[in-house]
Amino acid sequence: MATAAERKKLFGHAENNYLNCTKGIRSWIFTLDHKRIGVMYLVGVTLALLLAGVFALILRLNLWTNTSELLTDAQYNQMFTLHGAVMVFAFIIPSIPAALGNFVLPMMLGAKDVAFPRLNLCSFYLWILGTGFLLWAIISGKGLDTGWTFYTPYSIQTDTGVIYATFGAFILGFSSIFTGLNFLVTVNTMRIPGQGWFKMPLFLWGLYATAIIQVLATPVLGITLLLLIAEKAMHIGIFDPKYGGDPVLFQHFFWFYSHPAVYIMILPGMGVISELIAVYSRKKVFGYSFIAFSSVAIALLGFLVWGHHMFTSGQSIVVTLIFSAITFTVAIPSAVKVFNWLATMYKGSIALTTPMCYALSFIFLFGIGGLTGLFLGALSTDIHLHDTYFVVAHFHFVMVGGTLTAVFGGVYHWWPKMFGRMYNDNLGRLSCFLVFMGFNLTFFPQFVMGARGMPRRYASYDPEFTIFHQWSTAGAMVLGIGIVLGFGVLVYAAFKGPKVAGNPFGAASLEWQSSSPPDFHNFIHQPILHDPYDFESMIYDEELDTYVPKEFMEPDKQPATEPEPQTH
Amino acid sequence: MAVVEPEHEAHDDHHDHGEFIAHHFESAEQQFDSGKLGIWLFLVTEVLFFSGLFVAYTLYRVLHPEIFDQAHVFLDKYLGFANTLVLLFSSLTMAVAVRYAQLGKNQHVVWYVLGTMVCASAFLGVKAIEYTHKWDQGIMVRSYFDYHAGHHEASMPLARALGVSDYLIWISIVPVLLLVGFALFAVFAKLTEKANAAFFSACMAIAIGGYFIGALAGHFYMELTDGGIGGRSEKAAALMAYEDETHSDHEHTDKPADHHDESAAEQQKETSEIAPYEGPQNDEFDQDIGIFFSIYYCMTGLHAIHIIAGIGFLAWILWRSILGHWRSDYFGPCDYVGLYWHLVDLIWIYLFPLLYLID
Repeated sequence: MATAAERKKLFGHAENNYLNCTKGIRSWIFTLDHKRIGVMYLVGVTLALLLAGVFALILRLNLWTNTSELLTDAQYNQMFTLHGAVMVFAFIIPSIPAALGNFVLPMMLGAKDVAFPRLNLCSFYLWILGTGFLLWAIISGKGLDTGWTFYTPYSIQTDTGVIYATFGAFILGFSSIFTGLNFLVTVNTMRIPGQGWFKMPLFLWGLYATAIIQVLATPVLGITLLLLIAEKAMHIGIFDPKYGGDPVLFQHFFWFYSHPAVYIMILPGMGVISELIAVYSRKKVFGYSFIAFSSVAIALLGFLVWGHHMFTSGQSIVVTLIFSAITFTVAIPSAVKVFNWLATMYKGSIALTTPMCYALSFIFLFGIGGLTGLFLGALSTDIHLHDTYFVVAHFHFVMVGGTLTAVFGGVYHWWPKMFGRMYNDNLGRLSCFLVFMGFNLTFFPQFVMGARGMPRRYASYDPEFTIFHQWSTAGAMVLGIGIVLGFGVLVYAAFKGPKVAGNPFGAASLEWQSSSPPDFHNFIHQPILHDPYDFESMIYDEELDTYVPKEFMEPDKQPATEPEPQTH
Repeated sequence: MAVVEPEHEAHDDHHDHGEFIAHHFESAEQQFDSGKLGIWLFLVTEVLFFSGLFVAYTLYRVLHPEIFDQAHVFLDKYLGFANTLVLLFSSLTMAVAVRYAQLGKNQHVVWYVLGTMVCASAFLGVKAIEYTHKWDQGIMVRSYFDYHAGHHEASMPLARALGVSDYLIWISIVPVLLLVGFALFAVFAKLTEKANAAFFSACMAIAIGGYFIGALAGHFYMELTDGGIGGRSEKAAALMAYEDETHSDHEHTDKPADHHDESAAEQQKETSEIAPYEGPQNDEFDQDIGIFFSIYYCMTGLHAIHIIAGIGFLAWILWRSILGHWRSDYFGPCDYVGLYWHLVDLIWIYLFPLLYLID
């Protein structure tokens, strides 16, 4: 129904697009465009990742021998604290929702923008401000040595920059709340006509479930951190046992947020993987509603398991048992997802592109991370494994092996859409290989160490652990090279890569029915709604070397609006 | 929170008040629904924000009922009740304002929003009297708690001349500056014939004036009743007499918590949990009361911050009402701020009995 010239305008490579429709630094600083805000977030979280990654490498180098030649013990404490705090608050939590989600979510809904664009920009600047406060702890020379959890009473006694850092985390919390609130409203009210809840791509379900957690859990962290600041500044006696307070109350408050926050970190990653597996297997996703509801189930169950961080804090046995039991139930929706992804790939036409390689890494690493979580959820083994490297390895398998590979997979997947240029797939796959191998080499030995009793957060260790630590350090270097290579390939592609048209991968969700990079208003025409996993609805157009909706390719037929056969 | 960008759309939207529909919304209904859902979600986060404090309150009340039983007598329930009435009345005026916004009667909205703001400021004025009265007596958070009853001579000449506390002068600086600033700006705008700005500034000056109404009323109440009667009960009188007697004994302990003997403190807590309260037994007592006031200051302080933020939002509504923005098909922002205001009111409805009416 459309001429080649029209198709080129709608779905081709666009020279005039959101990136260059207005010029000048002010047009970026004050932009309300969700795509530009997404790109700015992406730059920001990448810098945070690289910074915190450097901290991690310094830590690993320091652990090459057990004599701490690189750092003093106090510096070591500060280094792992900042590594954790920057990674968690400034990178992982905003990475997929705020960077990728901002770019993709409105387009997946066929909308022009999120519901509250100014709130969106505000949340980005809150992110900058909060990260600035976190980093001020380093710049001011005070450091921070509490661990990212800020446990009382130590956080009240130490004279490092706890107030800066917690105030930073408080602000970052509001950035996260506003993003979540924006997404909830956008998904609820701004879907394109005809797009019911079950016609949304699964990434949106992941983001929606994430947003529920962001809105419901983060305010509790906010008040907790405010109370901690008040405790530290004025000794109000709520958390400090010296003044009659209860330090375990802080742990309850903290984990009431921070356990759900763990699912803020992984749920959007699962959403990304659901997209990638379907697109690169070119097969309708298996068990759509199961994947969708498992996201919501994980979000809700996530609120009921915070006590499993506190098995050794002296809770009552009954409470501990209940938390342990509920913890196991989280495995069910997680496994539902994994099995559905595998079933989606079964008999699919799998293309091992870079995003797919990252998605496969995700399934493998998240599988290990999830299953080792069961060891920690079981009471008897947790007593042994609590605060050992086993825990460190477990959550790195989920957070890095899971979320970081999902970030990479998602960024590689949507990169041609963002910048209209293609990356070198072979180098991309090489980066995935390095990340996967380096990651396993880093963290697998830590399971062994942890099971043998190596406690976490120690700057030195018994000689028997030397070989494991050295493997781990070597692996961390490979992982670091892989990550840098991965970003290098992308950055090079954004400037020098070959130009691509709107839908090089043949994906069927709405964001691909636009030019690459998209127009300022996202879509030049009203996008045509299909099932997001009906890949037959997109047809390859040789002239453009891209996939376009079938309605635009078949001049003989009317667009699929034939009246339903009438039954009398 | 509502999305209004008149400058973008005014030129090409000639249909009914389309200038208030942001470019990314399809219709006024979609915009209104989005804003409404957004504000409700925001209120959910607000409730959860306060929830941490309510949990802390519950926990300490369960662990140390005797502290709560004793400490609340320092709060004047008549002042608290007066503030409750003020806030309830402000919710009424807000609800009426929203109704007039729905009807598009902007001039009525101006008066009722102004009434709401006067009440909000008056609430803060009464709160200022309550706070400064306590600070004068050393009723602070846990580690600074150092109660000493009776009258306290102010040191600032101005405070002495007015017969008020030093602290009251300090915290009144901001409202005084705001009042003077808005009044001067109103005159200036009037002279330069900016009618809307002049009217707005005059309204703001009146709204801020509510603070002084509240503070004056609170002050005269305190003067007439010799420090308030709402908090006095036989227990409190006994307690105060006791504190006066023993005050000289622990004068030396500026921050007595540093000298805490942990085991003695624990013993004290254990015994006090079991035995019903029979009057203060030793120095530990007035220290532990401080925990109640830590929670009191956190809760009411956070609530006061929300009132102040609410005054800011209301000022925005006031300004737009003066510009005549509300119509029957566009009144979202007024509605949203109204909802926020009702929540702030509702939180006080919970705080008042939990803190003031423990008996």
